[in-house]
Parts: sequence; C-alpha cells; structure tokens
Amino acid sequence: MKALRRYLDKIKPNFEKGGKLYKFKSVFEGFETFLFVPNKTTFTGSHVRDAIDMKRTMIIVVMALMPAMLFGMWNVGYQHYTALGLEETLPLTFWYGFLKVLPLILVSYIVGLGIEFAFAQIRGHEINEGFLVSGMLIPLIVPVTIPLWMVAVATAFAVIIGKEVFGGTGMNIVNPALTARAFLFFAYPKQMSGEIWVSGLEGEKLVDGYSGATAMAQATTTIDMNKSLEVAKQVGDSDLVSSLQSQIGATIDGLPSAYDAFMGWIPGSIGETSTLAILLGAIVLIFTGIGSLRIMLSVFAGGFLMGLLLNAVAVNPYMEIDAYYHLLIGGFAFGAVFMATDPVTASQTARGKIIYGFLIGVIAVIIRVLNPAYPEGMMLAILLMNVFAPLIDHYVVQGNIKRRLKRAKA
Amino acid sequence: MSKSLKLRKGLDIRIKGTAEKILDKPEFPKLFGLRPTDFQGLVPKLTVKEGAIVKAGDPLFFDKRNPDILFTSPVSGTVASIVRGERRKILEVTVKPDSEISYASFAKGQPSAMQREEVIQNLLKSGVWPLIRQRPYGIIANPADKPKAIFVSGFDSSPLAPDMDYVLKEYGHELQIAFDALKKLTDGKVYLTLNGKYEAAKVFSALKGVEINYIQGPHPAGNVGVQIHHINPINKGEVIWTVNPQDLVIIGKLFDKGVFDASRIIALTGSEVKTPRYYRTFLGASIESMVLGNVSDGNLRYISGNVLSGTKISAHGFIGFYDSQITVIPEGDYYEFFGWANPGFSKFSTSRTFFTWLSPRKKYRIDTNLKGGERAFVMTGEYERVLPMDILPQFLIKAVMVKDIDKMEQLGIYEVVEEDLALCEFVCTSKIEVQHILREGLQLMIKELS
Repeated sequence: MKALRRYLDKIKPNFEKGGKLYKFKSVFEGFETFLFVPNKTTFTGSHVRDAIDMKRTMIIVVMALMPAMLFGMWNVGYQHYTALGLEETLPLTFWYGFLKVLPLILVSYIVGLGIEFAFAQIRGHEINEGFLVSGMLIPLIVPVTIPLWMVAVATAFAVIIGKEVFGGTGMNIVNPALTARAFLFFAYPKQMSGEIWVSGLEGEKLVDGYSGATAMAQATTTIDMNKSLEVAKQVGDSDLVSSLQSQIGATIDGLPSAYDAFMGWIPGSIGETSTLAILLGAIVLIFTGIGSLRIMLSVFAGGFLMGLLLNAVAVNPYMEIDAYYHLLIGGFAFGAVFMATDPVTASQTARGKIIYGFLIGVIAVIIRVLNPAYPEGMMLAILLMNVFAPLIDHYVVQGNIKRRLKRAKA
Repeated sequence: MSKSLKLRKGLDIRIKGTAEKILDKPEFPKLFGLRPTDFQGLVPKLTVKEGAIVKAGDPLFFDKRNPDILFTSPVSGTVASIVRGERRKILEVTVKPDSEISYASFAKGQPSAMQREEVIQNLLKSGVWPLIRQRPYGIIANPADKPKAIFVSGFDSSPLAPDMDYVLKEYGHELQIAFDALKKLTDGKVYLTLNGKYEAAKVFSALKGVEINYIQGPHPAGNVGVQIHHINPINKGEVIWTVNPQDLVIIGKLFDKGVFDASRIIALTGSEVKTPRYYRTFLGASIESMVLGNVSDGNLRYISGNVLSGTKISAHGFIGFYDSQITVIPEGDYYEFFGWANPGFSKFSTSRTFFTWLSPRKKYRIDTNLKGGERAFVMTGEYERVLPMDILPQFLIKAVMVKDIDKMEQLGIYEVVEEDLALCEFVCTSKIEVQHILREGLQLMIKELS
C-alpha cells in the first residue's frame, strides 16, 4: 500500500496544472481517489464528518444489483437451452449467460465512463460516481440479443443528453439509464420488441410451440384478439367467436404462473425477470437507507390498486388479470426498486415521494393494460413522473411555506 | 404554562472524550485574547494600541456600526499584540495579564429596581452586552430593539458538551439577578428550556420570573434555535434574544459586584485529551496551560467549542467569547487505502452501510478527515432526519445557493443559524458546506434588508 501511495505521490505532479499529463488530470484523480480516500480535512463548518461518501453509496447500489445481475446471467442461459429443448448443468447455463451479458456490461461502462472522464476534465471537476450505477443498470434493462453498438450509442446518448447537458450527476432531470432504454425503444423499435428475449436461436431448431415472448407481450395480444371477438360477435360468426374465445383463453392460460414470474425463469430484459432477486436488492437498499422505502412501497401500492380498479371495470381479459400479477411481470419490480428510487430524479420531500411513487405504479399499469402499443409501461411511467417530480415537490414546499405564513398571522 | 416536548429527530454523535465531573484549576493563563471573528458580521474598531494598560472591563475595540457596543478586556494587563490578517483585518487582540486582576468598576444594584435604559447602559459599558445575541441572524443584539422574548437553553446537547447542571450548581444567586436583568429588556417572556429527560436541577427550578419549558431528544434538542421554533417561533420582522446559560453568571456578577468577571468553567474534551475534565478559567484565556502535556502526540486539531460548530484554534489559542468547551481531536490528513470499501467497524456513521449499527453504544475516535469528495446534491431526506424543525433544509440551502432572498425568507432562514444545521453538514453524503453556505445567506439577508 505504502509503495503504491509513494508511486502515486511521485507521478502526481505530472497531472497538476502545467504538468505534461495535465489533460488526464480527471482520470488520475478518479483512480487516485478510488484507491485512496484523500487526505483532505475539514476547513469550514463541522470539524468531523460522517464516514459515508458518494463512492460508498453508489457501490452499495451496485451490490444491491448483483442478485438481479447474476440471476439474469443464469436466466439467459436457461432460456437459451430451454428454447432448444436442452437441459444443461447449472455452471454451464450460467457460463453461457455470463459470456452474453459481460460484453454488454463492459461496453456500457467503457463508453459511459469515457464520456464522464472527458466531461470531468473539461469542467475541472472530480469524476462523479453516479455512472457506476447507471452503467450497471443499462445492461440489465435491455434484451440480451441487442447489438453491442446499440448499447454504446444509447449509453452515450444517455450520459450526454440525459445527464451531462444538465451539469452532471445530481443535476439531471430524468434517470440516465431509463433515458438509454427509451432511446433504444424509440430509435430501434425492431430490435426492442418481438422475438428478441432469448439469445442464440438463429438457425437453430426450436422446441415445438416455443414462443419466447414476454408475459406482457402475450397479454397484450389478447387486447387485439378481444377486439376481433367483439366484431365477430356483432357479425354473428359463431365459429370465429368460439375459436377466438379459445385462443384468448389459451393465451391467458399460457402466461407464466405467478410463481414462475416471481422466481424469474421467464423471458425478459436481462435483470428484470426475477422479482425474488430484485427483492434481495431491495432489502439491501432499504436496510442501508440508500433506497427510499417510501417510494418502493408506494409504487407497488399504486400498481396494485390500479390493477384492482381495472379488475372492477374489466371489459377484456387483460383487465381481468389478478392485480398482484402486474407487480411480478415485466420491469415493474425492477423499476420500482432501482429506477424510481433514484434520489436525483425522484421527488425530494417525504410527502412528495409517496405521491410520486404511487403515480408511477398507477400510470405503469394504465399504460400496460390500456395502451397495447407499449407493452412495458414502467419505463414510460417513471420517465413521466421524473419530469413531474419537481412539480410535486413544489406543492409540498408551498405547504411548508403556507404553514409558516399562517403561524405569523395567528 | 410550561410545555414538555419530546423530539425524535436528531443525532447524538458518539465521540470519545466526555469530561469527567472533576473541577480543576489550571495555572493562571499567560496570555488572553479576544477574536473579533467570534462575532458574526462585526467590523471592529480598536480603542487601544499595543502596550496600553487595561483593567478587566476596559474596552479593547468597539463595533464600527454601533459604537455603543464595546468589547472589553477579560483581564487586567498590557495589550501585547494586535494580530492582523489579510487586508489588515483584525484577527486577535491579545492581553498579557497582571498577576492579580484589577477590575474597572461599573454600576451595581438590583436590576429589577433599575430602569430598562440603565440596565442596557450597564451591560454596554462593561462589555457584557455582546453576550446577548439575537435571532434572526445570530449576531450581537441591537440595543435599540425590543425583542418579543428572550430565550436561554439550560442544557447543551452538542457532542461532548459540558453538563450545565454541574457547571452552574453554585450560581443560583447570580442566575436570578441575570434573569431579573433580562426581564427588564423585553416586554415578553423570558424562557428557560431544560432537558426533559431528568428532573430539573435545583439551581434552575428555584428561579423566579422565568417560564421553564422541557424538551428532550437527541442533539440539537439543546440548541436554543430548535427550542424557539417549538415554543415561540420567530416570524418575519420579529426579534428574539438569546443568552448562553453560563454567560448569565457574568451578567449576574456585573449587577451584583459591579465588575466584568470573565471567569468561566470550561469542559476540556475530546479523544486526544488525557484527562478530560472541567477547568475553572476565563473567556479569552489561552488554552496552553490546560492542554500542555495533557494531550496525546500527533497532529491534533484544537477546537474552541464543539466538533460541529466550534472554531479551529492553535494549541495556545484562546477560548472563544461564547464557548464553554474545548475539544481536541486528531487531524485526518492521511490517505486511506480503499477507505470507501472498508467494512467500517471503527468508523462512526449514521448510514447502515457501515457496521456502526452493530455496536450502538460504542464511542468512536473521530478525526477531521472529510471522508470523501464534495459533490452535487444527490441523496435526499438525510438532512430532515437530523433537524427536528418544520423546515426543509435542503430546499433552504438550495435557495441560499441561488441567492433567492424571497425563497430563503419563505423557507424559514430567520429561524436558523449555523449550529442548527450543523448536523445536516455532518451527515451530508455530498460533503456540502452547509454551515458556510447558510452564513452567506444570513449575511446576504442582513445586507439586503437593512
């Protein structure tokens, strides 16, 4: 350690202003503070400080993502071999997924951190740790079949447009990782929907009846079928009616069971499928106090209550799906635990957090069920509420101000 | 109509070095000094030159904006030096004491039998007046104001703070006189707030003409700002005066004996002090005789006051005008290999990312390392957990950062001074200089509104 410290002290002058490597100052500083907590002492205000810092905070979030990531790697392999009708040992299954997922993670980190280093250098700031989390989130919310260059482009877009133009971590309005996903979703719709959730199937012989669609995509198809059913009923084509009815029934029956969806061995984005793995991460975030329990609970409450409301007024089979099922499929749990709780883009007041989270849950389910064009409502719901979070806070702050004025009059 | 409140929010930093309840008398200090920087926003104007001979209570400098406010020598002797900093700013006026203190004499008598104006004049002339501070802004009270109330916090909840019951137990007589004097200064009430955790000490419960309220909870429950907020909050345009409990003794002695007796009982605390205990000394006294040979080796930080809002001084620096505590902790000027990844059994943190939560009673040796780099605001809800007031600290600090005066006012800047938000600074993940920013905001308010 001491030798390393001596070495760093020796090369440090090169990176100072006027040194020949000055243009890499931010990179050097980034690595130096990564290796050693700086020797800087307090000089104004409180003489002692809490030991917590941004590095540790961000690393804890990355650790909380580990169960979802590891499970995702295994699931990539599992989906692959299941589609081919094979059964493989656990290590091999995991290894297959590991080789598929690792490049995505590397691309996301290299592109993202590269841009962060450049911005830090231009601005003369220290490197911000925020991307440590975003860089892990991005690969976990994309389908495994996505081309690497798309991940690179999306990451660059998210870091520059989603974050750095606003001034960097802490200043951004929308969640950078979701910005990346939204970019992919709208820029390359073909690669973001359809038969994309399982890797390595091209040119292979698949098991009979294998669909590979996500639960939400399947459920969404029932909406169109239901429309045709209404038409058929009006026309009076009884054969078509009965065939459509049985089709709808089969699709709904074909949805993964709640148990499968909870455990996560279903197709989907890499990190989003296992509600169990996500809950493990949630426990870490809640226990350490880094993730807001308020937000998580209110997102789940919002989604569940909206599900119940839809059940009550159901006019098609998708609306009749059990309310709790919505919380298990798609990116709902992942979004609630890791995306909605991003402290920068969420509401900042205690009361605001509850409203913000609740509306995310409600809107996510509304988009899923009532708008078949977007099977995954979570991403759009969170982005929308990111934009509205300052407005919610505004009203909470006004409440505080009004209380103070009222006190003055009394 | 006494209130008893229980506060939940806040934090008691578990730091080593509480003073043992033994009263020691150190060697008579070799040097005394007054720091004009102890007084927020003061522009001092000297009345003495180096070499001048002064008695205890003779003025050293005065307030340029309000020449009635005098700052007098805590001891008799010779003015030794006038230390100046950048742009000839006066940093310290030091006095080399005589072996026996001779006092300048002031009016004495029962303040209850005096006119308000007489009381004020006596306080001003003797240099005792600056002990009375006002909210908003935490500056020296303006003698021309009439405050709506006067608050005294009867306990100090800050880290390693001296026990006021112990310090004041013999001063019932002086305290009563001081409260009588304060009563003259306001048409409203004079409030004394005690710790509701245990029964009131006799010295306090025997006081007359004072409304006693009880507050309990973790720090900052003992901060007078928090108590004001819950008992009689400050609204726009209102002024409240505050006095530290031990300074009441100085006020009491002024009216009782007609002298400015600056003696004070100080708690010498901190993990690096070999025998942390109480010392009978003076405000403005050099700490040298107390700490010499009484602290551990290494690079140390000496603080006049507590670790949250005290002032950094040197090993032979002076006890601050408002302080009853000296804290000595290790400096943190070292590199720590992978410090942020350390499991953290030996580190104090409110965050459960460290294993501090495993040992809820352990006390820690905390150094002055910043423990991270300064960042933009990222985490939310941290500040609120340690501020037991209906104030949104993060929004207030942001309003100060953008110099939005209307917002600062609406969000309650009149109700806080640095010490109230010191814990917010302590817990801040982004290492934002909350107290410094708040002071800039307060200074801006003073400038814009006067």
